[in-house]
Amino acid sequence: MNAAVVENAAFWPLTLIVFLPAFVAAFLSLPIVPKAREEAVRWITLGTTAVVFLLSLWLAVPQLFGPVGPGQFLLGNPDMQAVVKFPWIDAFGIEYLLGVDGISLPLVVLTTFLSMLAAAASWPISKHVKAYHVLFLLLETGMLGVFVSLDFFLFYVFWEVMLLPMYFLIGIWGGPRREYAAIKFFLYTLLGSVLMLIAILMLYFTSDVGQLSDEQLIATHVVSPATAVDEIAAIRSTEGAVHTFNLMALAAIGQLPNSPFAATTVWFNTSLETWAFLLLLIGFVIKVPVVPVHTWLPDAHVEAPTPISMILAGVLLKLGGYGILRICYPICPGAGLSLAWLVCGVGVVSMVYGAFAALAQTDFKRMVAYSSVSHMGYVMLGLGVWSAVDGQQYRWDFWAQGVNGAMFQMLAHGISSAGMFFMVGVLYDRVHHRNLQEFGGIFGKMPVYSGLAIAVFFAGLGLPGLCGFIGEVLVTLSSWNYSRVLAVISAFTVILTAAYILWAIQRVYLGAEYRGPHEEALTPITSRELAIGTPLVFLAIVFGVAPQTLFQYVTPSVNQQVETLADWTRDVHDGARKMMVAEGHVTPDSRVPAIGLGDLADIESR
Amino acid sequence: MNIGTLLTELFNDTVGVSLPLFRPELTIVVTIVLLLLCRMLPLLRRVDSGLLALGGVCFATWYAYADFLGLGGLPGDAILSSAGGRQEIFGGLLVYDSLTAYLRLILSGFLVLYVLLTKLSGIPDREDGADFYVLVLGSSLGMCLMASANHLLMVFMAVEMASVPSYALSGMLKGRPASSEAALKYAVYGAGAAGVMLYGISLIAGVLGTLQLPALPGELARVLSAGGTGGSAMVLCLGGLMLTVGLAFKLSAVPFHFWCPDVFEGAAAEVGAFLSVASKAAAVALLVRVAFGFGMPAGGNESTVAATVTALVDARHFIVYVIGLLAAVTCTFGNLAAYGQSNMKRLLAYSTIAHAGYLMMAVAAAVAMAADAPAGARDAITAVAFYLATYLFMNLGAFGIVAMLRNQLRSEEIAAYGGLIRTSPGIVVAMAVVLVSLIGLPPLSGFVAKFLVFSSLVDAISVGCERPLMLLLLVIGGLNTVISLFYYLRVLKVMTFDPLPGDRVAEPFPLVSISGAMVTGLVVPVVVFGIFWSGLYAAAQLAGAIAS
Repeated sequence: MNAAVVENAAFWPLTLIVFLPAFVAAFLSLPIVPKAREEAVRWITLGTTAVVFLLSLWLAVPQLFGPVGPGQFLLGNPDMQAVVKFPWIDAFGIEYLLGVDGISLPLVVLTTFLSMLAAAASWPISKHVKAYHVLFLLLETGMLGVFVSLDFFLFYVFWEVMLLPMYFLIGIWGGPRREYAAIKFFLYTLLGSVLMLIAILMLYFTSDVGQLSDEQLIATHVVSPATAVDEIAAIRSTEGAVHTFNLMALAAIGQLPNSPFAATTVWFNTSLETWAFLLLLIGFVIKVPVVPVHTWLPDAHVEAPTPISMILAGVLLKLGGYGILRICYPICPGAGLSLAWLVCGVGVVSMVYGAFAALAQTDFKRMVAYSSVSHMGYVMLGLGVWSAVDGQQYRWDFWAQGVNGAMFQMLAHGISSAGMFFMVGVLYDRVHHRNLQEFGGIFGKMPVYSGLAIAVFFAGLGLPGLCGFIGEVLVTLSSWNYSRVLAVISAFTVILTAAYILWAIQRVYLGAEYRGPHEEALTPITSRELAIGTPLVFLAIVFGVAPQTLFQYVTPSVNQQVETLADWTRDVHDGARKMMVAEGHVTPDSRVPAIGLGDLADIESR
Repeated sequence: MNIGTLLTELFNDTVGVSLPLFRPELTIVVTIVLLLLCRMLPLLRRVDSGLLALGGVCFATWYAYADFLGLGGLPGDAILSSAGGRQEIFGGLLVYDSLTAYLRLILSGFLVLYVLLTKLSGIPDREDGADFYVLVLGSSLGMCLMASANHLLMVFMAVEMASVPSYALSGMLKGRPASSEAALKYAVYGAGAAGVMLYGISLIAGVLGTLQLPALPGELARVLSAGGTGGSAMVLCLGGLMLTVGLAFKLSAVPFHFWCPDVFEGAAAEVGAFLSVASKAAAVALLVRVAFGFGMPAGGNESTVAATVTALVDARHFIVYVIGLLAAVTCTFGNLAAYGQSNMKRLLAYSTIAHAGYLMMAVAAAVAMAADAPAGARDAITAVAFYLATYLFMNLGAFGIVAMLRNQLRSEEIAAYGGLIRTSPGIVVAMAVVLVSLIGLPPLSGFVAKFLVFSSLVDAISVGCERPLMLLLLVIGGLNTVISLFYYLRVLKVMTFDPLPGDRVAEPFPLVSISGAMVTGLVVPVVVFGIFWSGLYAAAQLAGAIAS
């Protein structure tokens, strides 16, 4: 890893990206901003989100702004970049530790971009405008904070900060069943995050950075490069364990041959690693969401106002996938390997269940919501295909393909699902209903809008040439090497996807005439709506035709992580397997056995 | 030894050692006397008792703060190695250490905010002022003694001293039958609990021959290693459980909580604030004292200490299970029962019960780790101390807002808060901060407190002390956090989502006012200690130093 990283050069850019929305929210909530100046509040919010978007572009595409300086993202470098590190709570070693790599940076830009569009889509909100925008900006801070935090405590704080604004945004500005939907969303997510908190504490109290080598301590930013010598000496001379919340250090500890997470058993003779993985996984899959913990999603989506649905589908669901990729697998590799079937299995179940459920819906928005469940199933499958072994050979490229595909699917789904929800919202604003059976003939009344909408829905369908295709095909191909059954099922799901999307397009946009209420309200798309819809369609096409624009960011980091974990599988996990074979515990031809690292420690001690 | 030398020694001990360490309590005593005096003399009747009380508690806080700083002046190692600067005063009846100093600072600081709040909220009226403040200060004096008790007799006296004025306080709203009923119920329960506790103490005294808390472990170890002949182990168990009844009553732990919702509903919100914050803080500190008094020897010869620690394994196991199971039941019951409440004060009463459960979890973890992982035990006590400090602001804030809203809306029913955000957004935001902090969501201080409690449980699990129980407590604590979401959010839901009730007559709550400043002053620390909690944690660590 690149040890000569300049720390804290990105302090202001990253801090502003995260906290500028919260700062503006605090300003807007002051009594000096008059409630009646609704238009000004809207413009301030839109301006803030635009500034944050530009800041994230400055970080991600420095070429646009002149020569690349310190603290900006260097393309092709797989490591954590733009690291910001300041002590926060010394007693627990909690730090204000931020940074981006190829996994988080695209998601940051996606978030800032969608937030900007959602702020623009918030113009029709006319109830309590000021409060709405304050909460909206707080929500943006929470989302961005999760993606850039590298300290587990800080990550958790941001993760929870999102909940309350979202609760109120759904609960006050939502549809008829908004209260039910809001509390359901809150409850599910809080349950997940409490489990996550327990896992965080377990990992913290078992971790010991003293187990890491000097190089690892520097590479994981446990110590600052400038003062590394003194800090390392301090760690080495400390009696007892030095615990850490540093995500990179936790990952390095989790991948040690003598990982304390694997060597500790907690309950039912199962290692801490497995428990932590499960608890974290539950916390994250609730957000993704997968069947059977998905039921909050259709309710929340249907009841939320259009811009919030865009944020929910576009960003919030990605937090779960991001957490699994960033936290679950690197920190608990042993459990990730032995539970790969679980992650892949729930992914495929969600895929199929979501698609069938979408077919059965008569509410347009609910159909789009279930399509999200189905599409996020691909993400789970792609993340889970731990196929480091091909026969007796180590081949991690299929697996890397799956994870790359999952990342691409997350980004593509961010664009297409936000677009779909926006398109549904445009119609709903006019006719105030979403019943699929009562639509028809929209193409004739709103031709430009229908063109954009159909393009977005095709992107969601996964039509080649549009963004949805790339991720799905990569995931499906990669899963072949892990499990053929799952690969076949996920390939067939595409047919179901095509069925519900085409059927919806047929019922809404095609057909002879509009049969529902408020026919007179079907006016052509406004320029504001056009300004929101066009960039989404544009990106859907760009990412479909030139996926390299995203892969150049994603691939280096993803490949590095997958390669590291594949090496781990070979050296640590299968090292243990060979020893077990030699001692006659397992037969040589058994496929990658589900053993924990506790067994390895056990064998080594003998 | 003749009478003369005895008296000289007593005098030297009292005046030279004890009284200088007793300044905050002395100040409160003087204030009480002054308050009573003002009522007697016609000339002084015009003195505002509230201001007088405020001045007294300000002085007490100043002394408590100076004492606490004096502790902090010691190098950290010295405090840690000297068990929090432990020093017995008044012939061993009280103990002065970092926990005493911390608790006194919390209690007197609370009193300052509390007197200010009552001046603003208008209960008590001018007529009742002197009575009210005398009772409050008298009860607080008992609470300070609870926090520093070093002798089981002192434990009983302190509990009574804290309780008896509270009975009168809950009956302060003289015209209201509910208030009188609450007072009666509280008094009857209190008397029962006190009787049981006294009986338990006498059983312990009978078997062990001493009531001095530091002397108890040695005697206990002797009796236990003798095999508990003549059923003395049984008697000790019984005595311990009876003592627990008294403590559980003060903690409002299930199943000794029945007084709590009724008293909170019947008494004024201000009284509820006093009982839920001050009384709870003192009771938790006392629980720590008694649990450690029975389970761990407080200093002495190293080899005998080690032998005593080993001999008391079973005693600690028993204590941990009693406290832990009480905590689990209390927490769960409090949260479940709060769900159905329609009165805000009653809801807060059950919330208080639930939070007592979380606090007791950390105490259980502290006792569990006391012998094998002293550093973990210190952290657990630190968690308790930190929790109490944040709880002060959260609950005083909640009750303060309830009191202000009562003056505004003439109601304490949750339904009356409907649509309050339309007329008084400021106070709704303040209430939201307080309630969300009580749920335990970041970035508010309630989260940090809960985080510390959970981390002490996980610490106990990871060092392998009482692992099954600690796992159970961790799971129950986590689930309870989720359950508690419902009822706290319901209040916020009513305030924000619901429409205004048709018969609302109230004018909006003015944000820019003294009351508004008071509410802000209570709510801002809830946020600040949630983000910058290093300083408060360092202070709480001093209190935690007693467990070494």
